[in-house]
Amino acid sequence: MSSKTLNDEFNSLCNSKEYKVDYDLLNALSHEGLRKKDYIEICRRLKRPPNRTELGMFGVMWSEHCCYRNSKPLLQSFPTKSTRILVGPGENAGVVDLGFGQQLAFKIESHNHPSALEPFQGAATGVGGILRDIFTMGARPIALLNALRFGPLEDKKNINLMKGVVSGIAHYGNCVGVPTIGGEVNFDKSYSGNPLVNAMALGLMETKEIVCSGASGVGYPVIYVGSTTGRDGMGGASFASAELTNTSLEDRPAVQVGDPFLEKGLIEACLEAFKSGDVIAAQDMGAAGLTCSCSEMAAKGGLGIELNLDYVPAREEGMSAYEFLLSESQERMLFVVKPGKEKVLMERFTRRGLQVAVVGKVLKDNVVRVLHKGNIAADLPASALADDTPVNKHKLLDEPPDEYLLNWKWDENQLPQADYSGIRIESNQNSDIISWNKILLKLLDYPSIASKLWVYNQYDQQVQANTVILPGLADAAVIRLRPQEGDKSIESMNRGVAAVVDCPNRWAYLDPERGAMAAVAESARNLTCVGAEPIAITNNLNFASPETSIGYWQLAMACKGISKACEVLKTPVTGGNVSLYNETRLSNGELLPIHPTPVIGMVGIIDNLTNTCLQGWLNKDDYIWLVGLPLDTSFKDDRLTLSASSYLECIHQKITGRPPIIDLELEKLVQSFVRKSIHDGYINSCHDVSDGGLAVALAECCIFSGLGAHCEFSGSDLRLDRLLFAEGGARILMSISSEKEDKWLEMFNEFNNINSGLLNVTKIGRVNDLNTLVFSKDKNKLIDISIATLKDSFYNSIPRRISNNKISSS
Amino acid sequence: MEIGVVVFPGSNCDRDVRWAAEGCLGIKTKFLWHETRDLSGLKAIVLPGGFSYGDYLRCGAIARFSPVLESVVEFVDRGGKVLGICNGFQILTELGLLPGALTRNKDLHFICQDVALNVTSSRTDWLSGYESDLSINLPIAHGEGRFQCNPETLRQLEDEDCIALRYLTNPNGSINDIAGITNKKGNVFGLMPHPERACDPLLGGIDGRSIIQSLIY
Repeated sequence: MSSKTLNDEFNSLCNSKEYKVDYDLLNALSHEGLRKKDYIEICRRLKRPPNRTELGMFGVMWSEHCCYRNSKPLLQSFPTKSTRILVGPGENAGVVDLGFGQQLAFKIESHNHPSALEPFQGAATGVGGILRDIFTMGARPIALLNALRFGPLEDKKNINLMKGVVSGIAHYGNCVGVPTIGGEVNFDKSYSGNPLVNAMALGLMETKEIVCSGASGVGYPVIYVGSTTGRDGMGGASFASAELTNTSLEDRPAVQVGDPFLEKGLIEACLEAFKSGDVIAAQDMGAAGLTCSCSEMAAKGGLGIELNLDYVPAREEGMSAYEFLLSESQERMLFVVKPGKEKVLMERFTRRGLQVAVVGKVLKDNVVRVLHKGNIAADLPASALADDTPVNKHKLLDEPPDEYLLNWKWDENQLPQADYSGIRIESNQNSDIISWNKILLKLLDYPSIASKLWVYNQYDQQVQANTVILPGLADAAVIRLRPQEGDKSIESMNRGVAAVVDCPNRWAYLDPERGAMAAVAESARNLTCVGAEPIAITNNLNFASPETSIGYWQLAMACKGISKACEVLKTPVTGGNVSLYNETRLSNGELLPIHPTPVIGMVGIIDNLTNTCLQGWLNKDDYIWLVGLPLDTSFKDDRLTLSASSYLECIHQKITGRPPIIDLELEKLVQSFVRKSIHDGYINSCHDVSDGGLAVALAECCIFSGLGAHCEFSGSDLRLDRLLFAEGGARILMSISSEKEDKWLEMFNEFNNINSGLLNVTKIGRVNDLNTLVFSKDKNKLIDISIATLKDSFYNSIPRRISNNKISSS
Repeated sequence: MEIGVVVFPGSNCDRDVRWAAEGCLGIKTKFLWHETRDLSGLKAIVLPGGFSYGDYLRCGAIARFSPVLESVVEFVDRGGKVLGICNGFQILTELGLLPGALTRNKDLHFICQDVALNVTSSRTDWLSGYESDLSINLPIAHGEGRFQCNPETLRQLEDEDCIALRYLTNPNGSINDIAGITNKKGNVFGLMPHPERACDPLLGGIDGRSIIQSLIY
């Protein structure tokens, strides 16, 4: 429809007698983030004009946040099935079968826009929201992870945002009693005005049946539980679906306030109620509050819901129907329960000091009917709100945008000359040789690479007594699968689940498809390094506006990359979250989009917790082996490169080049071999090669163990910086004791024979107790640094930037 | 022989204490909802960690008025053993069963990490399983664990040999590195570190076992 005919149709609709409304329509549409086209569609569906309250309900339900109006066609291409998937996308959270009668619910969700304005409450309520998604399914939350992005710490504003976000996460997670076991934090100037806060939660099913959200049982009571409804968080879903501007601070009332104490009671009371079998359906009130929960429950159940707002526990007096329906007050849920069970159920909640009230009933007709002070405040077909929601069609570019093609022209020959002493860097008309020692230390001090101890030490990592691997010690977090209820003995539980969140956002920026593939591949590699078998993912697609051709192309390419990688690595998508319009309007009027950031949250199973691996070396004299592409991989092989690397960004101040090709078949092979090596008990430590390449990975193994290493890189005639810092190549570092080496190599040869000899392993050095990391090549020392110096750069990077206060790095 | 574990709304280490006692050490436990007053048949009581009543006022300040604690005070008067861990320690000071107060950590952050501790008194049952001056490792996880008291109280604590645990490296600004204290009689022990998190070999060290075990001595 051209805009002229669209306008004509809109105008004639508004002017016709039956469609007169008693409110300022254009203003209202703009306030609700709806377009004229949406209004025409609403009128078509209702065969009458919506009243002001109803229009507000459409506004939130048809926002990107609630109905994926921009991303839906792309999300449909994700692989979503495997024998382990019990619940895929569409419910509150995905559920996978772990075997032995155990099931895991997990999901990731963003709270980016609220955190930009009010970092503490924004992040806290992000944690609260994702926890509710988990326990609504009947699962007890057992772990939290988070992926955070901030602007550079050189700017005080970003430090304050980080402090606020971290203490908000700590406030909520610590109090509610769920351990925060892992995460990742990266820094880039594109996140300066728009930080990212993605929270992931895992839960172990405690109910026999998975609790779903579709209403059933005509005439059954609808019960409201949790906190009161107030005016906080009004219209948060529509606000989350718009760009951030200077005036966004005025939207602060759209940020909710969280109460983890109340949520803790809600978890216990809900799980008790679900276990009683009296609850037929449950839906948490997240974005779009009562509106969303009622319409989702009605639409999914093919029935209707009548809701009487006079019975809803209110926080303040004089609230209008509109305010009740659009409030995003936290810690609230809606149940459909068996008739006659209301009283016993309500007692469970009042005992814990929670609000509980019968607020309506299930109707035969597929409508959402809202009563308020004796009037019908809204009466809408549930399907009109929740089903067949509008899709914004975007044209996908046939070719990558020009700026991308330009970046991809960069190659390693544009780097200055490198020799044994270091590399010549030109700056301010001077040219200096920077030694490899200095470069490695600078990389370890780079906040995106450096230790995040300052962050995760503020989180309770151990509550619930199941955290097998604490944050920072291994490539993934590991939790034992011990139910909180029931009396099991210590011997009977030796299975665990590993979880990780990951996104190489610089790669996703320079090539969204490869970046997204790498996010999946690296997540799987991280799980592999602790000995876990990856089984499924959840994803959080953080992008800028899809309304520009580049923005939509980035989103589409990333989705394509995720689909491909998940297909090959057999880790289907169980759901997730889309956060668009992550951009800041600068004072000069220009829009600064964030790096495309498709965060992958992946879970895997560990059958034997005694065979997990940490990153740090275990024993002196162990041999160090590299699995994946070998040392002398030439620059003609695009799977390993300095292009788009941390080295290029941190040392040469260039974010350019094309990230490496992700060879998924190689990834699969490397990972299955490494897992087998760990399961068979050959491996003493395991760490994937990621940001900063081989040199940084080796340094980290020394830092975490306090042991030294000597590595010999003779026989390769590559550029030395390529040797040390190139990224990609599905690489994993392992250490093996000398007495097990021969048998392990036999196992390797057998494995490789079956797999056409495609896998490569290289012995590159040996662990020692000399307190130094040494790399030599043809009798020249490239790197020779004491472990204490490595630790100082690595551990003090973030604290130093925050306060100049040193923390101990023992 | 059974020990009681008090459950306040907002307690979140109650099940962890049960796991350490029952799962790791074979000691039976009974949960005591904050509204109960019946402590009959219990050998000892644990006030576990967490955020009782949300801790929105001052840690432990609301919990001290709960019905179960009236019975706990009587239980202590009769010589019963009470262990307060983290939030439980805060509550014991609010109740006046132990002196001093716990305020916000020096750097104002919540801190979760393993700490090395010196067993500075093995006078009481609680720490008799350790040699005096032994160094042990236990996890801490608190935002308000900075022990404070006036100089007279401190002198009294020292004179009466009530300072049970001290940090080797002070993480939170506690006066004289104090991590845990007992009352003079020795039947009440409060500490910020979490012994129940150091009982399960799969999760790390087992230095906390002796403290949990001592509940049934």
